Amino acid sequence: MSERRPGFSTLAVHAGAAPDPATGARATPIYQTTSYVFEDVDQAAALFGLQAFGNIYTRITNPTTAVLESRVAALEGGTAALAYASGHAAQFGIFHTLLTPGDEFIASNKLYGGSINQFNHSFKSFGWQVRWADPDDIASFERAVTDRTRAVFVESLANPGGIVVDLEAIAAIARKAGVPLIVDNTLATPWLCRPIEHGANIVVHSLTKFMGGHGNSMGGILVDGGTFDWAASGRYPMLTEPRPEYQGIVLNETFGNFAFAIAARVLGLRDLGAAISPFNAFMILTGIETLPLRMERHCANALAVARHLKAHGKVEWVRYAGLDDDPCHAVQQKYLPKGAGAVFTFGVRGGYEAGVKLVSNVELFSHLANIGDTRSLIIHPASTTHRQLTDEQKRAAGAGPEVVRLSVGIEDVDDIIADLDRGLAQV
Amino acid sequence: MSHDRYDDAYILSILGSVRTIAIVGASANSVRPSFFVLKYLLSKGYDVIPVNPGQAGRQICGVPAVGSLKDIGRPVDMVDIFRGWRDAEKIVDQALALDPPPKVIWMQIGVRNDTAAAKAEAAGVRVVMNRCPKIEYARLAGEIGWAGVQSGFVSSRRPRLAAGFQRFGILPRG
Repeated sequence: MSERRPGFSTLAVHAGAAPDPATGARATPIYQTTSYVFEDVDQAAALFGLQAFGNIYTRITNPTTAVLESRVAALEGGTAALAYASGHAAQFGIFHTLLTPGDEFIASNKLYGGSINQFNHSFKSFGWQVRWADPDDIASFERAVTDRTRAVFVESLANPGGIVVDLEAIAAIARKAGVPLIVDNTLATPWLCRPIEHGANIVVHSLTKFMGGHGNSMGGILVDGGTFDWAASGRYPMLTEPRPEYQGIVLNETFGNFAFAIAARVLGLRDLGAAISPFNAFMILTGIETLPLRMERHCANALAVARHLKAHGKVEWVRYAGLDDDPCHAVQQKYLPKGAGAVFTFGVRGGYEAGVKLVSNVELFSHLANIGDTRSLIIHPASTTHRQLTDEQKRAAGAGPEVVRLSVGIEDVDDIIADLDRGLAQV
Repeated sequence: MSHDRYDDAYILSILGSVRTIAIVGASANSVRPSFFVLKYLLSKGYDVIPVNPGQAGRQICGVPAVGSLKDIGRPVDMVDIFRGWRDAEKIVDQALALDPPPKVIWMQIGVRNDTAAAKAEAAGVRVVMNRCPKIEYARLAGEIGWAGVQSGFVSSRRPRLAAGFQRFGILPRG
């Protein structure tokens, strides 16, 4: 054990994963078990009372999943993490821990469409009200603050538009309002951006995307930054009030700077149940070991593809923050200096029909609704994910008839470009 | 020495060498953090003495509590302060008056008193502030990772299994 702080790539391979204590197995074993034998009733009581660290039931903790959690916490520079069955479940877990009926939160209107749906519709059943703000108009976040505001939510690198959010400006507004800033870091990954260093208090991921990176396993995670003073705020009863679920324990007093992750686990996940499978945790953990290598290639390929499309006669426009003349380029250089990610949109000349022709004529690209795979992916939102909207609504959502979204993979970049050229030639 | 951060080796040398720990402010209430720490350190084989005037003569976790440090009646290796920072200096004075004095003064998370620390260090006593011995033990042994908490270090050495189920240990206590 050295006092040297390990670098990012070392953490990606090692953090949280010691050899198996019983067998010495060096790869993290898949603990495919539901439950764990108690030593005696005293040990069981200590575990149920949160007095000892240890596993009871895989819905609450699992040794394979725990390695994934420790590793992502280390990569994000947080204190602790809690994995879920999906990114949506993680997001739900965060708000369940923070909000009570009648509370509000402020969210950027430049978000993954699934999050917009979750906030607008599903959360209504719980009495949680979203108030939308525009990251292109930072003051709109400040204007949305009320005495019921309990959190601010943004994506560091927004899906799909490639918008980079000015995290420090939004963090300052959240701090002034006395509420935590939650940042969805799915598209950037901690290799490109570590939001906690810019003032975020909680980070959330869909691990399904670049973190796992191979398009084979669903997962989500929240990271506790350990930086929010729950006691000073007093507006988050799960953290600061005696909990009837555990005979009156006050989690903030007992678990210090990782109390949020513990609260989300023992008061949320325990009862709501969206636990990740240990097998998925293992697959994602294996993916994370190569995150720095993959992201380097993803970003280099994406920049080359964006430059090529920008100069292509059949392309109207390209929005990629890595391009020198992109409106988000300066902010990207500040928050994601190593690269602008691998997901971006462009407009194909000829509108709706041209978009449909392009996705129908590519061969290497997969036509599907995911991002962050080793494989290159393509989608035409107007004919798929945003099909039910009017043209006007499509445009407002950044899914106009000409818009095509790419998630650039790690294949040979010449093959990726040749495939797009072949598709565009049919337009 | 600086008390803004501690090397793992420093914490490990303390937790690996002390045997007798007096917890000043140990609560008999089983959901209070001080009770958690008492119970956890007992389970790790430490000889722990609860110090709490309101509980003197009673037992906490099966261990007799005393009213003050001077009532312990045997040498103490470490005094763990579970009281507000303003009380820390007074407790350090009491600890340094013991014969022999403790080898370590530990102040819990949220407790930092640099004046008290300087006094202890001038007397040759090692000091840890604003940390929890339960969390530090669990972190260095590897148990804390089960709760998704990151340890802050990487190691390719096998964790030390301790007797019982789901228990890790740190280096043998000397």
